Amino acid sequence: MLEIKDLHASINGKEILKGINLVVKPGEVHAIMGPNGSGKSTLSSVLVGNPAFEVTKGSISFYGKDLMQLSPEDRSHEGIFLSFQYPVEIPGVSMVNFMRAAVNEQRKYRNQLSLSASEFLKLMREKRAVVEMDNKLANRSVNEGFSGGEKKRNEIFQMAMLEPRLSILDETDSGLDIDALRIVAQGVNTLKSAETSTIVITHYQRLLDYIKPDIVHVLYNGRIVKTAGPELALQLEERGYDWIKEEVAE
Amino acid sequence: MNPEQQYIDLFVRYEAMICQHSAGVLNAQRAKAFASFEQSGFPDKKQEQYKYTDIAKLFEPDYGLNLNRLDIPVNPHEVFKCDVPNMSTALYFVVNDTFYKEQLPKSFLPEGVLLGSLKEMAESHPDLVKNYYGQLADSSKDAVTAVNTMFAQDGFFIYVPDWVVVEKPLQLINILRSTVDFMVNRRVLIVLGKGAQLRLLVCDHTMDDVNFLATQVCEVYAGEGSVLDLYEMEETNMSSTRISNMYVRQEADSNVLINGVTLTNGSTRNRTEVVLAGKGAEISLNGMAIADKDQHVDNSTFIDHAASDCTSTELFKYVLDDESTGAFAGKVLVRPGAQKTSSQQTNRNLCATRKARMFTQPQLEIYADDVKCSHGATVGQLDETSLFYMRSRGIPEREARLLLMFAFVNEVIDNIRIDALRERLHLLVEKRFRGELNRCKGCENCK
Ligand SMILES: Nc1ncnc2c1ncn2[C@@H]1O[C@H](COP(=O)(O)OP(=O)(O)OP(=O)(O)O)[C@@H](O)[C@H]1O
Ligand SMILES: [Mg+2]
Repeated sequence: MLEIKDLHASINGKEILKGINLVVKPGEVHAIMGPNGSGKSTLSSVLVGNPAFEVTKGSISFYGKDLMQLSPEDRSHEGIFLSFQYPVEIPGVSMVNFMRAAVNEQRKYRNQLSLSASEFLKLMREKRAVVEMDNKLANRSVNEGFSGGEKKRNEIFQMAMLEPRLSILDETDSGLDIDALRIVAQGVNTLKSAETSTIVITHYQRLLDYIKPDIVHVLYNGRIVKTAGPELALQLEERGYDWIKEEVAE
Repeated sequence: MNPEQQYIDLFVRYEAMICQHSAGVLNAQRAKAFASFEQSGFPDKKQEQYKYTDIAKLFEPDYGLNLNRLDIPVNPHEVFKCDVPNMSTALYFVVNDTFYKEQLPKSFLPEGVLLGSLKEMAESHPDLVKNYYGQLADSSKDAVTAVNTMFAQDGFFIYVPDWVVVEKPLQLINILRSTVDFMVNRRVLIVLGKGAQLRLLVCDHTMDDVNFLATQVCEVYAGEGSVLDLYEMEETNMSSTRISNMYVRQEADSNVLINGVTLTNGSTRNRTEVVLAGKGAEISLNGMAIADKDQHVDNSTFIDHAASDCTSTELFKYVLDDESTGAFAGKVLVRPGAQKTSSQQTNRNLCATRKARMFTQPQLEIYADDVKCSHGATVGQLDETSLFYMRSRGIPEREARLLLMFAFVNEVIDNIRIDALRERLHLLVEKRFRGELNRCKGCENCK
């Protein structure tokens, strides 16, 4: 379970998150929406420990552990996964070597033996199937020259490989064509269970048609200003954010 | 005493002994080399070509030499295991500057190929060797070449006649052995006739923890339409100094690939001069260096486009850690009339610390108009966003750094045209980055 309390974070001295409170229980799907620049990606970066951001106040606990004390790699080992809004290209590092290192480091953390070469390749095959990812992509360097949609699909493939307890999907729908959106969303649903939680960051209802949220939040200007059921997303789709901004101003 | 004087004295005193234990063809060049060395001495750092390596200082210490050719009792097959094993059965050793004649690989060499001690070949085939020895390496233009020519008594020779293809890659292992601080002047001559083909891997190793200074002058003749792969791999120790001058002359339509890898070393200076003398010749000149502690690696290249329709491609990559220094100076000359020249030079460098320093200097001189020339150089750090991306997937920072460094130099390794060697180098480089590579004997000394 994730518990965020009064979280403040800044970058280069500029405060972006101004007191976030959020509790995500096992099995829940939360959607976070909000206008551009409101701090959604910042929140996800802070959750995975991006050193570019400084947490100035507040706390984050994950299944009882103080996240602030954990390195990015250990947060991953504890089961936190971020599907990046902008996945990074790493020329020269093959997807296979990258994933093998990731999977085996996780196993090491959990006191499990490393996978043998054939076990690992079998796992790759299985998980590629979940997001219907082309074998050719898996043989290339990490994200290098991948199209926007291919990168997003690759994020969910990595998520499938690492089987996180908490997945944060930051605009995973952007860049995906209609078929890919369905495939990727179905992939996410396949990986979901009563023990795992999901935070979906998106601007559009179309993703939420597939990945049904239990709770929808609006993040605005560094704070969660509204929390409601799935109907809130539909309302936003129809009316935009002005009414919320007005509510906040009052 | 200035650093030149000891070499002048040594030569004057021992010239007779040097000659007595060498061959006429080699002896014939000594006087001229001595005269120009006596006159010019070592270059100082003001000299463009030696800007980044203080040559005089490297020659300053007092080293022993084995001028009267005492046997060094060693069976390299027993004491030595190279990190690139099983590449082929064609394994040869040169201990200091002496070709090791026992237990030679069963001869599979095609008819007409000559391979062995330079001294002996110069005695048994003086007319052949004379045609090539010292014809590219000009003592009057380079002090290191002069010193090497003055003192060199032996080394390695290979001759592949016209149209002969040596299928199996050959591996030559240079071993430095001594119980006292020691200087070696090794000479190498590689001659490929018309349409000949050869692949040669040369590995440099140190077996003892004394200080070594090894000079090497290597002359390479690539005949018309010949194909040569020459891989040089240095795995010496912190107390070794390597100064290598390589001179390559390529005739029409020849194709030469040179790839020099510095895995571990002390101080290294590699100068490579290539003359593209015949139309349509191609050179791919590559280098890679991984340095840490206070290692020093200086690659200096000169490509002379003297004929039309030639192609030169240079790729040099360095990863510098701790307080190591690296230098790359690459000059390309396109002579008048060398139309349709294509030349590309790339030098990319990673500095892992603030104290590591890289000097890079491209230099293009173009006197023809219909040419395609480009060069690019960068010095940078590991990409932070890539590092974070990897860490967010559970890859520890140290491991992520390794993967990125590995990816960085892979491009150079991938240019290797022998599969087994390429695979092996991938592994060695990984080990090197992990600090698991056994440095040559004398690791205790590798501060
Ligand atoms: N490195 C940085 N330096 C300065 N400001 C930054 C930096 N990174 C982010 N910001 C600012 O922080 C604010 C929040 O950005 P963030 O990416 O979290 O927004 P977002 O809600 O994800 O927006 P979008 O919907 O467009 O993805 C923005 O105003 C952005 O300009
Ligand atoms: Mg964002």
